[in-house]
Amino acid sequence: MQCQICNKNDATIHLTEIADGQRAEMHVCEHCAQEQGIAVKSQIPLNELLSSLLAVQPTDEELFGPSEKGAACPHCGFTLAQFRKEAVLGCPYDYEVFEKPLLNLIKKAHNGKTNHCGKVPSKTSTGTKEQIKLIALRQQLEAAVRSEDYERAAKLRDKINKCEN
Amino acid sequence: MKLTDLSSDINEWFSGSGPLADIVISSRIRLARNLAGYKFLNRCKTDEKAEILKKLRDVLMSLDLGDKIFYISVDKAPVLNRHFLVERHLISRHHAFGKGPRGAVIAQREFFTAMINEEDHLRIQVLRGGLQLSKCAEQINHIDDMIEQKVSYAFSPRYGYLTACPTNLGTAIRVSVMLHLPALKITGQIEKFFNAARDMELAVRGLFGEGTEAAGDFYQISNQVTLGISEADIIAQFENTVIPEIVEYENTARNQLLSKQIDVLDDKISRAMALLRNAHLISSQEALFLLSHLRLGLNMRDQMGASTPAIDTLCTLSRQDVDADKSRGLSIETINRLFMLTLPAHLQLNYGKPLDATHRDVLRAQIIRSALSGDT
Repeated sequence: MQCQICNKNDATIHLTEIADGQRAEMHVCEHCAQEQGIAVKSQIPLNELLSSLLAVQPTDEELFGPSEKGAACPHCGFTLAQFRKEAVLGCPYDYEVFEKPLLNLIKKAHNGKTNHCGKVPSKTSTGTKEQIKLIALRQQLEAAVRSEDYERAAKLRDKINKCEN
Repeated sequence: MKLTDLSSDINEWFSGSGPLADIVISSRIRLARNLAGYKFLNRCKTDEKAEILKKLRDVLMSLDLGDKIFYISVDKAPVLNRHFLVERHLISRHHAFGKGPRGAVIAQREFFTAMINEEDHLRIQVLRGGLQLSKCAEQINHIDDMIEQKVSYAFSPRYGYLTACPTNLGTAIRVSVMLHLPALKITGQIEKFFNAARDMELAVRGLFGEGTEAAGDFYQISNQVTLGISEADIIAQFENTVIPEIVEYENTARNQLLSKQIDVLDDKISRAMALLRNAHLISSQEALFLLSHLRLGLNMRDQMGASTPAIDTLCTLSRQDVDADKSRGLSIETINRLFMLTLPAHLQLNYGKPLDATHRDVLRAQIIRSALSGDT
């Protein structure tokens, strides 16, 4: 089919516009499409690709494998189903809890690589155990404040400050 | 520090200075970091977000950056101010219109911004005009180290800096370069650029990031892979391979226009001049589109010594242009300034109050006509 604008090149871009119940079709070549300022996305940025990949998968099982169905992070309560909706995780510990199911996704996103080889924090960083402890303490603090147990809350706050220093 | 102090001038990203500034508008490096011992923002309640905000705000405001720094409470800022910050590439759209307590720390010269509570607890960026990725890297590393003296980052030896989204793991670095590629567009070769980017596993976006169109022939190219490669390697790849290759494509296309499509080139420039000097209403999109063609003509004149009927006419547009060299005519600085000052929030902040779309289009056209008035 020939481009409807220049009548010279082959039409490789086919646009359909539906407005007010009317349907209009346009068939143009790449050159005329650009002339007309019709954006032709030939590449999807990765974040959008990730979101669309996650949105299209029908079940957690197909995306993440059979073993992790329904599992939740013990520290923040996050589940893979939530990850599928939101495309972001709940806490740093999720990377350990959901290690196997996330591995495929990480490989795809980073060209098959799964190990960090760049900058490292200069301080001997708080190990995972410490980080988890802090998250847990903060959860307990939240609960204490909610139930108005301010004495316990104060004790927890002291513990947190001690851990951080 | 008032935003109106910034609004009447262009900032680092469009200063027109720096290596290859005719094609490479700006270089930017962004690092994402999360505090150890906290959940990611997605799962934080408002109180926890407020606590993270206060902690990071205190640390950032105490840094010595060699420049005045100020803090903006983004969730409390007027909508127009937020749009303004997005227009200046200081915060992302996601940050401007996100949820919950969040803020931004900005250096007065705008080379550094930190977003607190965007998608990660902290996102810091350094921005410079032209191709200056190594300098950006040096600066941002230093700032990252200074921040890390006072807080602990969520980090694992295996996955590196831990981010809310797995696509940012590892170095958590986003290296971006903003390019102006009008000749590739006019010669119908912009696909070549998209394909090259895709082959190198890079993302291409429009002027204002994710999901935006390529307004004004501006394209942002950035890395996607952040894990399993070092920061230095990503930057070297951009500086030594990616950007030189794209600049080469654009220069070749510009030469092609001069040698084989001079009429097409002159037509684009003449139409742009005619409309910009006479239209009563101009939308932001249209202004960017037309100014892009003028910028192309001026760059070809300045960088390549190009002389065509339309380009020569640019020499007559100099009355109002304080930066113009009388013999050279309209200056690139004036065009760069127009790109920025005609953006919607800039227009309104400088005018002093919000305007509806039609009034903005009138004001924009006025400002442009005045800047381009020639010897009539």
